Amino acid sequence: MKKIIALALTLVMVFALAAAGGTAYAAEGGSVYWLNFKPELDEAAQGLAKLYTEKTGVPVKVVTAASGTYSQTLTSEMDKSSAPTLFIIGNQAGVKEWGEFAMDLTDTPIANELSTDAYNLYDEDGRLVSIGYCYECYGIIVNPDLIEAAGHSMDELVNFEGLKAVAEDIHARAGELGFDAFSSSDMDGSSSWRFTGHMANLEYFYEERDAGGWTECPAELSGAYMENFKNLYDLCINNSLTDPKDLATGGHDAENEFKTGKAAFFVNGSWEYAAVSEAVPNATMIPYYCGVEGEEKAGLNCGTENCWAINDMASDADKAATMDFMVWLVSDPEAAAVMVEQLGVLPYKNVPESQNGFLAAAAAYTEDGCYVMDWATNYQPNVDDYRAALVSALNAYNADQSEANWEQVKTAFVDGWAVQYQAANG
Amino acid sequence: MKGIFKNPLRRWFWLFLGPVTAAFAIGFVWPFFQGIYLSFCKFKLVRNAKFIGLGNYTAALKDPTFMHAFWYTALFALTSLLLINILGFAAAYVLTQGVKGSNLYRTVFFMPNLIGGIVLGYIWSMIFDGILSRYGTSILMETKYGFWGLIILMCWQQIGYMMIIYIAGLQSVPEDMLEAAKIDGATRWQTLFRVTIPNVMPSITICTFLSLTNGFKLFDQNLALTGGLPFIIQPDGSNIKTTEMLALNIYNTFYNSNSASKGVAQAKAVLFFILVAGIGLAQLAYTRKREVQQ
Repeated sequence: MKKIIALALTLVMVFALAAAGGTAYAAEGGSVYWLNFKPELDEAAQGLAKLYTEKTGVPVKVVTAASGTYSQTLTSEMDKSSAPTLFIIGNQAGVKEWGEFAMDLTDTPIANELSTDAYNLYDEDGRLVSIGYCYECYGIIVNPDLIEAAGHSMDELVNFEGLKAVAEDIHARAGELGFDAFSSSDMDGSSSWRFTGHMANLEYFYEERDAGGWTECPAELSGAYMENFKNLYDLCINNSLTDPKDLATGGHDAENEFKTGKAAFFVNGSWEYAAVSEAVPNATMIPYYCGVEGEEKAGLNCGTENCWAINDMASDADKAATMDFMVWLVSDPEAAAVMVEQLGVLPYKNVPESQNGFLAAAAAYTEDGCYVMDWATNYQPNVDDYRAALVSALNAYNADQSEANWEQVKTAFVDGWAVQYQAANG
Repeated sequence: MKGIFKNPLRRWFWLFLGPVTAAFAIGFVWPFFQGIYLSFCKFKLVRNAKFIGLGNYTAALKDPTFMHAFWYTALFALTSLLLINILGFAAAYVLTQGVKGSNLYRTVFFMPNLIGGIVLGYIWSMIFDGILSRYGTSILMETKYGFWGLIILMCWQQIGYMMIIYIAGLQSVPEDMLEAAKIDGATRWQTLFRVTIPNVMPSITICTFLSLTNGFKLFDQNLALTGGLPFIIQPDGSNIKTTEMLALNIYNTFYNSNSASKGVAQAKAVLFFILVAGIGLAQLAYTRKREVQQ
């Protein structure tokens, strides 16, 4: 009996060792490992990877990091022997952190496919470390049907005064109208970035414009446009479906509130178009009107954090395979169509036109001679910590909109920037 | 020499011990020592670590958020240690007195222990906020809510587990001792403190050890329940995450975008290990002395 047990155990171990040692490695021809950053793209990316492998025989692995954990996933994956060959460097902080591991993409086949240089990121030495693969816009999504149902017109929404008048009127008559002005602005992790990342951009953008543009993260902010941020933020939380006191924990589905016609305004971006336009086909997007002089000429916030970088530590064969795959994604008719459908506008020469209504709105503003509000928010130093502190201060302010609490928000917003800049660069 | 090879199990011992030793070395010993080495390095990826000496330790000890997290964690560990063990023992005591349906109670009390920490954190944050929102506040708004919220959560999760250990201890208290105490006219309290508790000291040792180290090592529940909120925004713009415990502080430090922060986090993790191991061993030595031989 003992012998049988010993034999069985030995067999189990032999198989276990064989299984551990038997991992297949890719062929000599190189393979692609794409560490994807957008959970909503995962399904399409997996499909494209499969299609590419079927067509060319080159193995493509796509792994998508869970929402909000990209830097953690990247850190651990980059240390493995089979590290990602294609990863995301989305902003200047990313360039600082990961730029040294990125291949210089200047004059490479993928760079030659680009239609604009506007969304590319360079490091201090002028190396092209990452390359935009789509761009996005954010602002205030509006349901024009509800604006009209409330007896107003879209023509009133051309500056902060107009927006304020309409929003406050709708909120005051919410009971009678059956809908409210703004959808909920939850401060939990799944929603707070719409304010600490996106709406905050209006303050950074106008500061940046006064400074004649930023090329690297400024060590400190002046906070000159904090009042404007407050204007729009107050309007948003005080004319909404949800009592500001209840925003801290979240749990309100802002997207659904907008889709079901319970709210006329929804602070979000172009990636929401597919979800929103099914229910609200007329949905459009307006800029962050906040009471800045001349804002009648403001456009949407356009930019991207979706920039591809190739891992310079990968083998030459893998780098070449990755390059081919990237070019295929933005030039093959079938693949490019899927990319455009998922991501909106791609800044490449050979891609189909996008059907995204919000990006169309962004283009329309630009055609009307309005200025684009670029994503100065991408410079936020030590971004997770900076935003977390801002959430904490905004929570206190939402619960009690006192002067003292607003001072805390200002401290977190303006002085917090300098502190986090030091923490990240000191 | 001949004797060793006579027994086939002895001859093959390396085959049986080998995989376990290898797994232990790969999964524990090697990372542990590499972790200690990395705490003396500046690194972004493990493979390009650069030795810098004690700088990380100096930075870790100078970090006010680390010190705050330490005191907060110590307070939490102590409070949860007391509450979990007193309530766990009380539940065990009641359920060994022949209460009707005690098997059902034992199962029910034990069950919360089977739920993962992150899930538990989110569930409890909903429960707390369901109550607190009636008063226009939230668990994320006040440090004291975050603290007691975490204590309630941990009690709820751990009391059942400790109770099972205490029940085992209580059942092994010799009947004749209890009977002798009764015949000698001891009151219930006297029996409890003079006979029962000294006899369950081994259980108390293990339970206090578990709850103390659990308290110090707590991460998932802390992350999911409050994530460190609310912060105190200092006048200079820096912040203190008032409900951030040690493990979460280490995690947050590690993913800070400063190029030096990973080494500092690693140094904090080594200090953390020394602290938890030291406290755990000291407590074991202390309670072991109070165990009686039956």
